[in-house]
Amino acid sequence: MTKDDCKKLVIDIISDIAPDEDLSAIKPEIRLRDQLQLDSMDFLDIVMELRKRHGIEVPEADYSHLASLESCAEYLTPKFAAKA
Amino acid sequence: MAYDWLKGIEDHYDIVVIGSGLGGMTGANVLAKCGHKVLLLEHHYQLGGLATWFTRKGGHIFDISLHGFPIGMIKSCRKYWSKDIADSIVQLKGVRFINPQFSIDTTFDREDFTRLLVEKFRVAAETVERFFTDLRAMNFYDNNQETTGQMFERYFPGRDDVQRLLMEPIAYANGSTLDDPAITFGIVFSNFMSKGVYTFQGGSDVLIRKMTAELKANGVEIRKHVGVEKILTEERDGARHVTGVVANGRAIRCEAVLSNANIKNTILRLAGEESFTPEFVAETKAVRVNSSSCQVYLGIRKGEPLPHIGDLVFTSDEPVFSSEKLVDLHTTSRTFSLYYPDTRPGSDRYTVVVSINAKYADWNALTPEQYDAEKQRLISESIAALEKHIPDIRGKIEWMEAATPRTIERYTRHWAGTSFGTKFEGLKVSMDLPKQLPGLYHAGSVGIIMSGWLGTINYGVIVANQIDKALAAKKRTAMASA
Ligand SMILES: Cc1cc2nc3c(=O)[nH]c(=O)nc-3n(C[C@H](O)[C@H](O)[C@H](O)COP(=O)(O)OP(=O)(O)OC[C@H]3O[C@@H](n4cnc5c(N)ncnc54)[C@H](O)[C@@H]3O)c2cc1C
Repeated sequence: MTKDDCKKLVIDIISDIAPDEDLSAIKPEIRLRDQLQLDSMDFLDIVMELRKRHGIEVPEADYSHLASLESCAEYLTPKFAAKA
Repeated sequence: MAYDWLKGIEDHYDIVVIGSGLGGMTGANVLAKCGHKVLLLEHHYQLGGLATWFTRKGGHIFDISLHGFPIGMIKSCRKYWSKDIADSIVQLKGVRFINPQFSIDTTFDREDFTRLLVEKFRVAAETVERFFTDLRAMNFYDNNQETTGQMFERYFPGRDDVQRLLMEPIAYANGSTLDDPAITFGIVFSNFMSKGVYTFQGGSDVLIRKMTAELKANGVEIRKHVGVEKILTEERDGARHVTGVVANGRAIRCEAVLSNANIKNTILRLAGEESFTPEFVAETKAVRVNSSSCQVYLGIRKGEPLPHIGDLVFTSDEPVFSSEKLVDLHTTSRTFSLYYPDTRPGSDRYTVVVSINAKYADWNALTPEQYDAEKQRLISESIAALEKHIPDIRGKIEWMEAATPRTIERYTRHWAGTSFGTKFEGLKVSMDLPKQLPGLYHAGSVGIIMSGWLGTINYGVIVANQIDKALAAKKRTAMASA
């Protein structure tokens, strides 16, 4: 899996959690919170969906890695690779 | 032989949920959607916990806790329940305050409060702006010892009128006082203040019916009339674990228990002191439960319309706001919730529910005769107070009835009949529970911030995530060793 594939999977999850948000123009380096109406419950949902859909566990201490699309890809791609 | 309310259930579930309040139901729903086998047990004959209603002859229907919640409910209902439920949430536009210090109408949002504070209360716009912005930025993890009262003094020194405007509705909503940590006020007020007060159109009955259908569709096994008597534990590898529950005299095994019963009931009565360290038991005993409530239900005769005097009317004869006076047995502070026909589209009925904060100890101390007399007094004082706003109300009332902290205790079994869970320290005990007794989780009103419809729904999700995580890890370990 490439980092771009990983970003796509994260966007898939966000589009289900926040169906009203326009995700077409997300800037990968900017914090998701600063571009979208996401609160701490939404980030919890992302964690739950990663577990449910992909069997990936994000420990609480690592939640900060989910801040932007870029940091998500950076943090999650190796986890996806380890599963494959 | 008595009917077996547990007939047909299985011997083992992934999770048993004790109690069907909004926290328990939401936790059950999220866990079922994660693929777990869930059994939901409720001792009452109706689901919903405090999010409930009752009917009386003459076509009257009374909602207990449908007075108003923050806009965040729309998002939470959509994510954790259904779009259909979220789409029935509408704004309550008529919020009023009537007391010796001021009389105002507000849409209860930041913009309108700013306007009121600046134009009517003559507070500097810059101070109001700073107050709201600072409140928003308050962080749960900041170790700030300031109380709500101290915080008010910092922004609005000597202004007990401003304090009343800001504090009274929140005190009604969650039983908090000026002595509670400022962070609890900050979080709750910021939630409420974002965009007004909302309600569920259709009534509590429709909401709970829709949630029940959703639970069933997601595979949750639901049983009413089933009280959990004990949480079962076993010693394994030198540590105690949850292994199941005893309900209606029958043992049911499970991997995890999610208790929606009050946190003190859960630890001290259901699991029992013997399951914990003496330190944790002492910490639990030290948790203060919140105050409770009385309510007066007034059913209006069919065909009698009421004038629109507002949806939520905060009234009081007290000269200034006082946390003690608010819960006094003889308080004059009452919130009137008026339910017009559009509460339940298609209905032509009007109902008034009067909510009054109260102390359990006051009501528990009464003899049966005194208890009845005090209930009568509540009813007549409430009607007299309402007459000031609707002079001919008395002749339109067909049904009147009162509930007290003892009523709440009876129906929910909550420790000391608490309406609003516990003070701040209860949240830590609730969150520490699975570390103290693996397999036992709690989700329900605690800590002031995890209370109310929105707070308990979100807390149910937060705790469901922890359970899902633990069970996923357990499965991984089992697979690895297989
Ligand atoms: C008078 C009043 C007015 C309110 N108004 C509002 C409002 O306008 N807006 C708002 O947001 N909030 C309001 N609230 C608060 C809100 O109703 C509660 O915070 C919320 O509903 C509590 O949900 P909960 O998940 O903590 O569980 P609860 O609703 O407290 O339910 C717990 C459930 O567990 C069950 N149970 C307990 N022990 C056992 C056992 N051993 N076995 C089986 N079942 C058990 C109980 O029967 C109950 O059904 C109000 C509360 C009161 C009392």
